[in-house]
Order: sequence, then structure tokens, then C-alpha cells
Amino acid sequence: MVKLKKLSEPTPETLGPLVMSEMTSERPTTSLAAPVVGTDRSSLSADEMRNLRQKVSAQGVDFFYGSNQALHNVSLDMPENLVTALIGPSGCGKSTFLRCLNRMNDMIDDTIVRGDILLDGVDIYKSRTDVVELRKRVGMVFQKSNPFPKSIYDNIAYGPRVAGVKQRGVLDEIVEKCLEQAALWDEVKDRLNDSALQLSGGQQQRLCIARALATFPDVLLMDEPASALDPKSTARIEDLIFELKNSYTIVIVTHNMQQAARVSDQTAFFYEGSLIEVGATTELFTRPTQQQTEEYITGRFG
Amino acid sequence: MVSIAQPQSAEPQSACSVRLVTSGARRKVFEKLMHGLLMFCAVVSVITTVGIVLVLLSQALPFFGEVSLVEFFMGTEWTPLFKPQHFGILPLICGTMMVAAGSAAIAIPFGLGTAIYLSEYAKPVVRDVVKPALEILAGIPSVVFGYVAVVFISPLIKDWFPSAAYFNAANACLVVGIMILPMIVSLSEEVLRSVPRSLREAAYALGATKLDVTCGVVVPAALSGIVASFLLAISRAIGETMAVTLAAGATAHLTLNFFDSIQTMTAYIVEVSSGDIPTGSVEHSTIFAVGLTLFVMTLLINILAQWILSRMREEYE
Ligand SMILES: Nc1ncnc2c1ncn2[C@@H]1O[C@H](COP(=O)(O)OP(=O)(O)O)[C@@H](O)[C@H]1O
Ligand SMILES: [Mg+2]
Repeated sequence: MVKLKKLSEPTPETLGPLVMSEMTSERPTTSLAAPVVGTDRSSLSADEMRNLRQKVSAQGVDFFYGSNQALHNVSLDMPENLVTALIGPSGCGKSTFLRCLNRMNDMIDDTIVRGDILLDGVDIYKSRTDVVELRKRVGMVFQKSNPFPKSIYDNIAYGPRVAGVKQRGVLDEIVEKCLEQAALWDEVKDRLNDSALQLSGGQQQRLCIARALATFPDVLLMDEPASALDPKSTARIEDLIFELKNSYTIVIVTHNMQQAARVSDQTAFFYEGSLIEVGATTELFTRPTQQQTEEYITGRFG
Repeated sequence: MVSIAQPQSAEPQSACSVRLVTSGARRKVFEKLMHGLLMFCAVVSVITTVGIVLVLLSQALPFFGEVSLVEFFMGTEWTPLFKPQHFGILPLICGTMMVAAGSAAIAIPFGLGTAIYLSEYAKPVVRDVVKPALEILAGIPSVVFGYVAVVFISPLIKDWFPSAAYFNAANACLVVGIMILPMIVSLSEEVLRSVPRSLREAAYALGATKLDVTCGVVVPAALSGIVASFLLAISRAIGETMAVTLAAGATAHLTLNFFDSIQTMTAYIVEVSSGDIPTGSVEHSTIFAVGLTLFVMTLLINILAQWILSRMREEYE
């Protein structure tokens, strides 16, 4: 467990009402106990993780929206082919951090990033970085599913097409493979030319995952991918994340701690723009070293 | 009513309740009055519309008693004001369509280009300069455009194409194109900007460039709204009167030559209304027949545009 910062004792103000993030799980969890960590997965210790290859590495990242600082000196390593979960109360900078990793924040005017973010050891904020190339390697799935108002096929084919793939045969193959990877192929194979907007919410989100896979990324960023879905669709997305982690490095934001506990290998707890604690998910959820972390994961605030 | 009015003072109970009752009654009357007044406003515009349509119909009917529908819609000559009289509206429709098509051909590419630039590329500062400039353009009276066409554009066209008539269709197309440009820009820009940010982000996250996002996602998503803006602008071009009356000439030719002098339906109506043709004559009643035709044409185009826009709204539910 890596200690990052000493925290002052929580004041009564920081102890909010006993609100647990909504239970999207079918698995029973008692509200004040630490969530049960999935056991069907080889859990690595923090030391073991440190020795893995670090796919993405943030070093001393500060982020500003104008004069409002949203991230304070965040350093976080994300090991290859593991799932890193970012948790923390709303507004603590999880999405901001995630969007730094594929430079989506570039699109927002008047923002400043400081510090280094390395992808395979190369700083992605170097002036020579090709942002288009970067985003192909670092795919993103958004909180609200956002399929294009086009056919299912064209949604998946969009990424390859802008990358210059034109042959119908190649595109067909990519579409089938990605839909299969996203566990959607069987449901839509007979209506690839229908509008993607006709799919259900859960299907749309899996379509967005399939679409992100179609550029053959190494890293997948997911910003609360299941927060708008019903428990059944959520479970499917979580199963999918399990499948995908064999081939992708996944960083997932969630405010649902059961979800973090179930799908991730490593969990990072953010609070008010700072990374408070990061560690192997099993350890962080069972033996948090910071009081704030403990309070958050047991649902005492947030 | 009564319970809502709460006086601040603590007067004796009886006086207080009397005041409450009277002020409540007064308010009730006032409410009724306002209701009636507002309804009157709404009814006036409806009645006016219905009245205009009725006048058009009743005045056009006697005309169609003397001239058959076949002659009116199939005849290729329009000479109601001199002998031999011919009542074929095709030359006027043709002139109107030439101006509509020509001005659209100018305004659509420039308008869409400007709209895309403003919504996707321009910095807020640029937008803050260009949009008011376009509003000023939209506010220039059409007679000024007509004057500009006659005094400045016609001589230029004559310079480049000596065979052109002094008053010609190209001239009218150019000024009407400039006149409908602001409309296309502001309507298209609005629909482009209403394309959700999440769609742009999705595309950028897939490694799309700005051009990919604009042409492959934003414009297609806004397409029905853009087309509707084209249709509304075209219907405005069809209805445009002053500038074409001045610029295009007053000879109804069935022609497709943009350097010929033509006459549009609106310009014909102006010619007759401002001339000394006696009301009640067949010659005079032609303007109602032409007006009715014009009305139906623009109505159809507006309905089409509204229908396209409403379909687009459904898509985003
Ligand atoms: N586009 C933006 N412009 C300005 N401030 C923003 C923007 N997005 C987020 N913020 C601010 O940055 C902080 C972190 O937000 P965010 O990263 O979205 O938090 P989280 O995803 O953890 O809920 C919040 O205080 C939020 O108000
Ligand atoms: Mg967020």
C-alpha cells in the first residue's frame, strides 16, 4: 500500500449522511461493511503490481480548469493488462484524470496540464505527440452511451474508416470481431444496418465499447460505463470488462465501490483532486491505510 | 383567490376581510380582462390569415371562370396586359424558379460553409463579430439590395457578358442569394451547434480529426435541420419582391438563360398593383390567381421544411 498523504481528522462536515452509492449489483452487500472482493481472480499484491510493466504512468500531474485546480500532484501507475479502478466522491477529479490520459481535455478551452503522463514510457503531452494516433491507442467509453445516429455497422466502422480502412471485407471482419468481443454480435448480427439508436441502453453502451475496440487500442478508459444502466446490463458490462482485461489495460471510473471491488485489480481513491491512496483492490478494500479511504469505502461519506 | 392575498398589517379582522374580498374581486376582473386581451391577439392573426386566403380564393375564382386551368398552367406565354392576351403562368413560374435556384446555388454553399465555420472552427471572438454582421445584412431593406443590383451589379455583368440584358436573372439571383444567406447561416449554425457534445467527443476519442468529426458526424447528424434551413431560405427567395422587381426586369420570358430579362410572380403582382389597370377586370384579377399559386408554392415548401425539422427532433429523443 502506498501512502501518499497524511490527512487531518475528518470534521463533522466531511461526514455526510450515510449514503451508499446505488446498488447496481445483484449480489447482496451489507451497507456498512467493506464490499466483498471478487475471489475468482488471482489477486496481486501491491508489490507484485509494482514489478509489472507499467502501461500508463502519471507523474506529478496537476490540472487546472482556468484558475480552478482540479488535480493536485497525482502520481499513479497503471500496470499492463490489469484493471485500475478510480473511486472517490463526485467532483473529486476522477473524470478529469481519466480524460488527461487520452488528452480529451485538450478540447476544453483554457485548461492547463502539468506533470508527465507516459504511455509505454513516452510522454503523451510532448509537443510532438500525434493526438489522433494517441486516441487510437487509448480508447474511451463515456458515462452516457453516445452512439452516432448511424447504423450499428457504421458506428463500429467509424474508427477504422477515419483511420483510412476502406475495403468492405476488412471492415466487415472488424465489425464482427469487435461486436463479438463486446458480447453484442448475437443480438445484432441480423440488423447491422438498423440505427444504433434503436438499441436498448445496455446494448448501446456495449456498442460504444465495441466501437472503441475497433481502433485496436492498447488501453481502454471507461468513465462510469454502467452508471446509467439497470443491474442486469451492469452485470453484463462487468463480465465484459473481465473478458477484455486479458488483452487491454483498463482504467475505469466508478462511484460504485462494489463494482470497483468486483472488476479491478488495483484501486485508486481520489478526494478533492488528490490521490489519497492506491493499492491492490483486495488490500485497499480490506485494509485501507487512510482514514478517509476507510470512511469512503464503508459508505460513511460520499 | 381570497386566501392568496395576505396583507402585511394587523388590522382588525372585519376591515381586513372586506379589503381582501374587494381586492380579490378586482383581481378576478383583471385576470379575465388579460385573458380576453391575449386571446384577442391570438385570434386576430388567425382571422387575418383566414381572411387573406378567402380574399385570394374569392378574387381568383372569377378569373378561373374566364381562363381555364389548362391554359393557366400549361400556356407558355404570359401577356395579360396586351393583345393578343395569353394567360400561361409558366414563364412567371420559370422566372421565379430561376431566381430561387440561382440564389440557392449561391447562398447554400456559402451559407453552409459559414455556418460550419462558425459552429465548429471559429473562436468565440470571431463568432461575436461575424454573427452581428450577418444580422445587419439580414436587416438591410430589400429595396436597397434591388438598387445595388441595378446600379452596381448590372453594369459589372454587362462588362463581363456584353450579350446580357441590362435587367437580368443573374443579377437578381446574386442579390437574392446575398439576402437569404444570413437566414441559412443562422438556422444551420443553430442546428449544427445543437448536435450533442457527446457525439463529437465520441468521434474525437476514436482518433478522428476535426474535419472527420465535422463532415462525418456533426453535419450528418444535423442534416435534416440543415436541409430545412435551405427550404425556408428558398421559400423566402420565392417570395422576395422588391429586389427582383428592380433587378430582373419586367418581361415574362420562358427561358433558362440567366442573362435574359425575366419576370417573377411577385414582380408581376407589383407591376399590376402599381399600374393603372382597373380593378374588377380580368387583367387585374390575374394578380389573385398568381398570388394564389405563389401562396400554395411557398406553403408547400414551408410544410416540407417543418416536417423535416420535426423528424429531426424525434431522432434526438
Ligand atoms: N469542463 C469543466 N470546466 C470547468 N470545471 C470543470 C469541468 N469539468 C469538471 N470540472 C470541475 O473539476 C472538478 C472535478 O470534476 P470531475 O473530474 O468531473 O469529477 P468526478 O468525475 O470525480 O465527479 C469539479 O470540481 C468540477 O466542477
Ligand atoms: Mg465524472
